Amino acid sequence: MMDSADVVVIGGGSIGCSVAYNLAKTGVENIVLVEKNFLASGATGRCAAGVRQQWGTRENCLVAKRSIELLKDLSVELDAELDFRQSGYLLIASNEEERDQLETNMELQNSLGIPTKELTLAEAEDLVPYLDTKDAKRAFFCGEDGHLDPFKTTFAYARAAERLGVEINTHTEVTDIVYKNGIEQVVTKRGSISTDLVVNATGPGTKYIGKILNLDHPVEPERHQILITEPLENMLGPMVISFQHNSYIQQVPHGGFIMGYGNPNEPHYVNYKHSWRFLDNMAKKAVQQLPVLEDVRVVRQWAGHYGISPDGQPILGTVPGYDGYYLACGCGKGFMFSPAIGEGMAKLITGKELSIPIEKMSIERFESGELISEPAVV
Amino acid sequence: MVEDRTYLCRCEDLTKEKLHEILDKYDDISMEEIKRITRATMGPCQGRTCKELIAREIAKYRDENLEKVGLPSYRAPITPTKLGEIARSEENDG
Repeated sequence: MMDSADVVVIGGGSIGCSVAYNLAKTGVENIVLVEKNFLASGATGRCAAGVRQQWGTRENCLVAKRSIELLKDLSVELDAELDFRQSGYLLIASNEEERDQLETNMELQNSLGIPTKELTLAEAEDLVPYLDTKDAKRAFFCGEDGHLDPFKTTFAYARAAERLGVEINTHTEVTDIVYKNGIEQVVTKRGSISTDLVVNATGPGTKYIGKILNLDHPVEPERHQILITEPLENMLGPMVISFQHNSYIQQVPHGGFIMGYGNPNEPHYVNYKHSWRFLDNMAKKAVQQLPVLEDVRVVRQWAGHYGISPDGQPILGTVPGYDGYYLACGCGKGFMFSPAIGEGMAKLITGKELSIPIEKMSIERFESGELISEPAVV
Repeated sequence: MVEDRTYLCRCEDLTKEKLHEILDKYDDISMEEIKRITRATMGPCQGRTCKELIAREIAKYRDENLEKVGLPSYRAPITPTKLGEIARSEENDG
């Protein structure tokens, strides 16, 4: 392992690997990435693999839009298959309040160039013939949203970064960060690296790295559970999100139906346990929305985490008073935002013109208290 | 002509030859990572037929202890179960 680096990226998930790759692509040399377990072993590899632009804040919409733009050519750029498929997201409103919220979101999305449409229930049924719309009022659809393989994407960023000279060290846990007048050293279980620039890309683990520097980052790990079924022929098309059920269901290109939800009232800590209660509730939610799934078998369930921030938006950029310390936390949307966040962080660090409004996503917003909360999290 | 291939994971078509190719390419790749790249052990058999076979093949190919390979987790449910049966189970319990 290198004992000195220009940049140390902590975290081998989609954001860490994207940041490392984009920094190297921008011309930064001597980059080391450290990951305590293996690549995509945390939130990235446990996520539902969806990518969507139908958000309710300007910043989330812009980061999502930039990610979708980058994804169009990413598999060529990284020279790897990423299973990117734009089969859309269908958001179901079950009451007037949800409909009003989703209409407001759609107006914002349209004003930023995101082509979301409001659909009648008949149109929604045309799109997803198996959907039971008896509890639905209205539906919203963006055909540019879709699916992306989290493992393939993370590995592709990592391999492309390595080709540009980045050193990636898995099974290398950070135990200390030496800070005097600036960042001086990152200490890991496998040795120390002298550096004056660190990027914390640890997703739901963000606050644990912050604690090393005596900082209290407002990012909490929130457990979300998920299951996947046996593979079937392609029959669903878009990801179906229901705010009434607080759940999502998507058929992945491989054929399995992936579905899940989280309970925001649980205590926030890293908890990889899965529960019978989830399986039971999720099965009910699934057969209510898509009765055709009744005879489809569940093969696996697991748990992962959203790193949630108080306003549901990413936390990106510098930390006031801590020279050389950067945050790159997607806050529950890390995987789907990783292309734009990686590019944006590389531009910020190298002083280039920004492609996403990182200044609006700084941790400083929590001091001023002027938060605009994301209303469309599931 | 029948090709000379040995299937380790029958659900997701991981062959011994493909596994060797991956091990040759990435020195320190873990079984957890191989699982995620190839989908091996994640099919309808839930890894019951292939998981230990693959682990043993990795150990043999690298000439290392089986314990060092480390088996990916076994996950619930214990057998593939229909969503409809699960959804109705609590009602049946009374």
